[in-house]
Amino acid sequence: MTGEPIRTDVTIVGAGPCGLFAVFELGLLDLKCHLVDILDRPGGQCAELYPEKPIYDIPAVPICTGQELTERLMEQIRPFDPVFHFSQMAEKLERTDDGYWRMTTDVGTVIESKVIVVAAGGGSFVPKKPPIKGIDAYEGTGVFYAVRRMEQFRGKRLVIAGGGDSALDWTVNLQPLAQSLTLVHRRDEFRAAPDTVNKMRALVASGAMSLEIAQIGGVEGTDGRLEAVILKDKDGERRVECDTLLAFYGLTMKLGPVAEFGLNLHENLISVDTERFETSTPGIFAIGDINSYPGKLKLILSGFHEAALMAQAAVRIVHPDRKIRFQYTTSSSELQQKLGVA
Amino acid sequence: MKIHVTDRDGGEHELEATNGWRVMEVIRDAGLPITAECGGACACATCHVYVDPAWVDRLEPRGEEENDMLDLAFEVQDNSRLSCQVTVTPELDGLKVTLAPE
Repeated sequence: MTGEPIRTDVTIVGAGPCGLFAVFELGLLDLKCHLVDILDRPGGQCAELYPEKPIYDIPAVPICTGQELTERLMEQIRPFDPVFHFSQMAEKLERTDDGYWRMTTDVGTVIESKVIVVAAGGGSFVPKKPPIKGIDAYEGTGVFYAVRRMEQFRGKRLVIAGGGDSALDWTVNLQPLAQSLTLVHRRDEFRAAPDTVNKMRALVASGAMSLEIAQIGGVEGTDGRLEAVILKDKDGERRVECDTLLAFYGLTMKLGPVAEFGLNLHENLISVDTERFETSTPGIFAIGDINSYPGKLKLILSGFHEAALMAQAAVRIVHPDRKIRFQYTTSSSELQQKLGVA
Repeated sequence: MKIHVTDRDGGEHELEATNGWRVMEVIRDAGLPITAECGGACACATCHVYVDPAWVDRLEPRGEEENDMLDLAFEVQDNSRLSCQVTVTPELDGLKVTLAPE
């Protein structure tokens, strides 16, 4: 399903700190941005990996958490009204006949713009897959890493693996639908919200589900149909019959379709120049952790600098005839109007 | 100081280790395949290693946060550690670890 193309000035792949700050720098130059991110919220690694962890090296911000940094950036870019396309992966990039880049996401959103900014960090966050031999054969039929429709699991014999919120939330929510449910976790302690853990324990106590303290050691089945998982613990192995395994081991980053955009890569990073942070393809820029150049440091502050220089080059592509005046937010009433403070 | 690292193919590597570095950093600096996605924040589990049984008790025990994060690792054993949470000290000269599957 492909929708009507959206036309804008700049498409940003990734809504982490660098993608967000790029909205600011581009906005000061009157460029409108659409952002695509596979997560369901802004912040990238700051949101997914370390929302609660302190960051000490943001200039003039002695300490803030990943979450706070994200919130402040969202506040800073609000005047520029960016449009977010969350829970989508930038999948395809092609050139239109009239000189735009057409970006299509995995859910069919189509965005056309003169400039693309790849600010994709370590790549797309995708579920971590257990390194179990033969598990691929059941993915999508008997093995899942996310729940899209609960109904899909009605009447199933489920095994859920994991000890965090995803595993416990789905355990509690799917138990009434499932024919049987076994939760498997490596220890009898859970990181999930205590309230959900208590609900799960009550279900176990009432006999409505089982809890196994073990790890998934293998999967068994025939013709792509899952029949059992093998649990392993110190005492050995045991078999739990099931038709569905839901594994929740968190997310990991994979470069994904960006690798197919035709850009020069260096060890899975995108090579850019240090004047414009442009890739080997004119009009496509890369900033933040995903780019590579001599002396590169993967620091948020470096990504902010890259965003500022990228914006200067981007505006000259979007508006080749416009004379660009360099201004300071401190003294320019024009910039202050854009920011809504004048 | 040295640490000894066995990679996922069974290859053995003797690495020069610097006092105060995390074991993850020593492994990453040597170019061995360790993802260490979060860069040492104890926020993922992609620097998972097995510590040689002879060395397990000579390390500072796992912290609560490290133990929580190990929930996101696979094939966790009693000698599992996140190598970003193990700091190189002179007492650990000769430490042996094996990269866990991922």
